[in-house]
Amino acid sequence: MLRQEEPAVSPADAVVKEEPAAPVAQPRRSFASLAARWYRLNKDCLRAVAIGALSLFAFLVLWHLLTTYRVVFFVRFTNVPAPLEVYASFTKAIHDPKFLMHIVLSCRRILIGFSLAAVVGVPLGLVMGRFKLIHEIIFPVAEVLRPIPAIAWVPMAIMLWPTNEQSIVFITFLGSFFPILVNTLHGMSLVDPVLVRAAQCLGARESSIFREVYFPASLPHIFTGLTVGMGVAWVSLIAAEMISGQYGIGYFTWEAYSLVQYADIALGMIAIGVLGLGSSLLIRGIGQLVMPWRMK
Amino acid sequence: MIQAERQVDTRPPQGHIEVEDFALSYETIEGSVEAVSNTHIHVKPGEFVSIVGPSGCGKSTLLNAVAGFLKPTSGTVTVDGEAVNGPSAERGMVFQQYSLFPWKTVRENVEFGLKMRGMPRAQRERAARTLLGLAGLEAFEKHYPERLSGGMKQRVGIVRALATGPKVLLLDEPFGALDAQTRVIMQQILTNLWQRLKISVLFVTHDIDEAIFLSDRVYCMTARPGSIKAEIPIPLERPRQQSMMMSSEFLGLKRGLMSLIREESLKAMGGEITDLGMQGLNIDLHGHSLAEIL
Repeated sequence: MLRQEEPAVSPADAVVKEEPAAPVAQPRRSFASLAARWYRLNKDCLRAVAIGALSLFAFLVLWHLLTTYRVVFFVRFTNVPAPLEVYASFTKAIHDPKFLMHIVLSCRRILIGFSLAAVVGVPLGLVMGRFKLIHEIIFPVAEVLRPIPAIAWVPMAIMLWPTNEQSIVFITFLGSFFPILVNTLHGMSLVDPVLVRAAQCLGARESSIFREVYFPASLPHIFTGLTVGMGVAWVSLIAAEMISGQYGIGYFTWEAYSLVQYADIALGMIAIGVLGLGSSLLIRGIGQLVMPWRMK
Repeated sequence: MIQAERQVDTRPPQGHIEVEDFALSYETIEGSVEAVSNTHIHVKPGEFVSIVGPSGCGKSTLLNAVAGFLKPTSGTVTVDGEAVNGPSAERGMVFQQYSLFPWKTVRENVEFGLKMRGMPRAQRERAARTLLGLAGLEAFEKHYPERLSGGMKQRVGIVRALATGPKVLLLDEPFGALDAQTRVIMQQILTNLWQRLKISVLFVTHDIDEAIFLSDRVYCMTARPGSIKAEIPIPLERPRQQSMMMSSEFLGLKRGLMSLIREESLKAMGGEITDLGMQGLNIDLHGHSLAEIL
């Protein structure tokens, strides 16, 4: 290690006080002044929440009015279910094991398809970003397959996979795979070469540089890819379920249309929206846990 | 023999940098461009040597070759007689852009080199804390670099480069992005660390004051293709004080170095600008503004 035993200079010599200063000791505050302070600091956030809630409420009111008066103005609201009807069918559905099974099955397909896409896409992107030959081999194929929407794979998937379940998971996988791959690659291309050189100067070898520099440096972009990929996974899943499913929330929504259960159509749509939002928030939360240095 | 015996207790002098017949060129569509040519420099063990020169003269190229990032087109780069063959922890480097790992805390950054060497966690944590104490940063060990000021970042950068106990420390305009006050403080900190660790330092800068204040010797480079124009020993006594920068000895050295560099800078800017520049220098304004005269 360092030759630091030599007491040539006392550590104090090198110490220089500099910003940022430690927070000044605060006098004790009353609860009221603390609350006022908290309000001042979080005003913008509270405002956003309040306006957001109002806007959602206004949306519900508008929906209610349009359906109650069966407005026909270019768009026909004659058969559109009213919010209260949807709520009624929701209260019925949550006690219906079949509805819950639709949701559980869709979530399972997302979990498997998306996880596979992440497990394949992220390492592949990292390796492609690091090794030119692998990039040169795989990139052209990926570029040709990438623009094909996952839905267009449905017939092919049915031929490829022995069961319906497998082909639906495959479609979900394809939908999220390309956004994950492309964003990981993008992250790799933006790694600051000076950081790589710094690591080399500190004795890091190839595998360490990969683990300690390239991977963490690409993480923000990897998580962008995962968030986008999760969105596309739901899009692909619902489409696949509507076309070839027997279960799942997409199938539920389509079946409701066939059976003229109009309230269930809206219920299915809202369920899809809530599930999509929830899974995106989940990814974002994991991202913040994995990248504490990006916390503001 | 006697000398060798006497040295049993102390470490053998380490960190002797030797650059001989160095030339480096790179290929473009129009042919090869010579960045540095016919250059000899050396740094004795424990010596502090700076390289100054006009921008684009290849001083950073030279430093990067010593670090092992670039291979010379011809000539040799050796440290303690061993040819430099790629980057290694024996030659610590500090970059102008700080280059701290944003995903590691201050302490984890400092620990990095020791971790690469396979030192157990507890041991390297202790070592990193000691080093951070030397730079006055122990209170910030758990901070991420983003939250530090420029001066603090660069202190971490220096401490990180020193943590593995390298033979030589290479610095590429390390204080170029700092404000003037912070820069002066950083120079003091670097001097303290250098004196304490008795490490060889090769320091690239375009700041003449900085080069004179810090160094035992200064190399001045010519415009591209860069080569050594002059080698100036700095006989100022140590420890050096800020007040020395006003001494006639210091100012004399500064004047000499400035005229050397100005010559090269003008050369680098090309003939036309040289004429214009010279005219400009000869204009006697007699208290009028330039606009009035024109």
